[in-house]
Amino acid sequence: MTEFLQQLVNGLSLGAIYALLALGYTMVYGVLRFINFAHSDVFMVGAFAGLYLAPIVPSGPILGGILVVLGAMMVCALLGALIERFAYRPLRSAPTLNVLITAIGVSLLLQSVWQLIFGAAPRAFPAVFPARALSIGGLDFSSNQLVVLLVALILAVALRFVVFRTKMGSALRAVSQNPRAARLMGINNDVVIRFAFLLGSGLAGAGGVLYATNYPSIDPFMGVLPGLKAFIAAILGGIGSIPGAALGGLLLGLVETFVGGSEYSTYKDAIAFALLILFLLFRPAGILGKTRVEKV
Amino acid sequence: MPKPLLSFLLALCGAWLVSALSAHLDPYYLDVLIGVGINIILAVSLNLIAGHTGQFSLGHAGFMAVGAYAATAVSLFLGPRLIGDSPTPGGLAENTLFFAALVAGGAAAAVAGLFVGIPSLRLRGDYLALVTLGFGEIIRVLLQNFEPLGGALGLNGIPPYTTPFWVIAAAALTVFVVGCLVNSTYGLGFRAVRDDEIAAAATGLNPSRYKVVAFTVGAFFAGIAGALFGHFKLTITPAGFDFTRSIEIVVIVILGGLGNTLGVILAAVLLTLLPEFLRPVAEYRLVLYAALLIAIMLLRPQGLFNFSLRRPAAPRV
Repeated sequence: MTEFLQQLVNGLSLGAIYALLALGYTMVYGVLRFINFAHSDVFMVGAFAGLYLAPIVPSGPILGGILVVLGAMMVCALLGALIERFAYRPLRSAPTLNVLITAIGVSLLLQSVWQLIFGAAPRAFPAVFPARALSIGGLDFSSNQLVVLLVALILAVALRFVVFRTKMGSALRAVSQNPRAARLMGINNDVVIRFAFLLGSGLAGAGGVLYATNYPSIDPFMGVLPGLKAFIAAILGGIGSIPGAALGGLLLGLVETFVGGSEYSTYKDAIAFALLILFLLFRPAGILGKTRVEKV
Repeated sequence: MPKPLLSFLLALCGAWLVSALSAHLDPYYLDVLIGVGINIILAVSLNLIAGHTGQFSLGHAGFMAVGAYAATAVSLFLGPRLIGDSPTPGGLAENTLFFAALVAGGAAAAVAGLFVGIPSLRLRGDYLALVTLGFGEIIRVLLQNFEPLGGALGLNGIPPYTTPFWVIAAAALTVFVVGCLVNSTYGLGFRAVRDDEIAAAATGLNPSRYKVVAFTVGAFFAGIAGALFGHFKLTITPAGFDFTRSIEIVVIVILGGLGNTLGVILAAVLLTLLPEFLRPVAEYRLVLYAALLIAIMLLRPQGLFNFSLRRPAAPRV
């Protein structure tokens, strides 16, 4: 039982990071209908931003950590907006396939440029939050895991507020429901799309720092697998649905941690893909998504 | 390509000529030639799936892995029992065994292609890309955990059966089969499925069948390419067939132009030779690939070698 609870905590803290990333995928998919492959590398840039911000922020334990997260979020939001402006906006009326290929290209470009600048060797990530081993009722976990859960929760609540309670949020939802009708209502789609990229990339930046806090070794290719899994989480939850992305992320984190703790641990990386294929075959709309009828 | 059969026979003659002269040629050029040939097979077979049929696949390296492992298993484990421990190098027994290994590799990959083709019936666009990527990764993880085939360390000591003759002949066969297939009356169906699945179904074609056929045939040739690759490098590991490898093949096809066989062949030659010339700046290779992908999509989405005038597609609403 103790072991079960232990894995539950580990799984939730991994799942929270997947959820943060999945939110970015699902928002971009909502407004533009394509997989932003570069999202996983924005996440990687977030971790690197954290690495370089950590020495220069004031070292008040909690305050310093918060500043690092906020700084990484800002760097990533800016990067996301730049990617959108220069790579995706010129292709607004192009076929989906072209946009998808461009996204793969942007992702590879970020990875290879980062490898050129910073080298491929993994680097140690500094402890931005004061780590302390906690032990409650026989459960051993690090305070970092709690911090990850807490920060993810705060960001998710903040996102919910932005999307459902602000003017920009309703514009975002309008564009994702019907871009043409939204434009007829006087919404500037370009502004909304840039906003979606800013928000999503910011969350990815926070996710990058949090991931690096828990797994303190970062390299230019660290984003690839978490990114893919987070996208799968977004599909599991129902792509385009914000609560779905959070739910899918937590679910995938739990499944992966429990499989990783069992005797099948070497198959851990294949689980997410197997789940993806099963879901797409039998329930393509995901857990919380709505099934869309395709019209000719 | 006009007169496909004639071109095929000419290529076979060329293959024979190269193998007859191979003793007098610089081994370095022969190695480069083999690399070019293998990439042509991979790119032309992916072009059948992604270009002609419009099913964007990111798992081509997975098919290659299946072919490489199946063929290696035949020549490494069955070989000594069938033709003895010390056959004459380059003799009939060895070549027959290699032929059997190639066919086994292709067949195993074709079965994998069949399995990947079936989900493609329900998915399209980016979902399909993700599922094929997932299949490629699953194949890699399975191979990594399968100890009889070497696990994560892969297989070593593969006999060096791959010769320029085999590679040129296999590349010619791939171009010939894919060319004949897409230019036949039956093959018009591939293009119909790519251009509009619903309209294709409305005219009485069966889109599902075309997709599965494209995946199976494409995977078959990818498997042969994997088999040739294994017997050329003499060592294979699951990590050698990862996502990056798939992307390399995708870049070739995009650069040549989706659905443009001649362009894809030229792009395969270009992209295999380019790293050879750029050895001093080898670490920029990935940057170059990535920048090429983006630049082509933004500036020349029909591919580098597509000179036919085509009306730009009307914007979708």
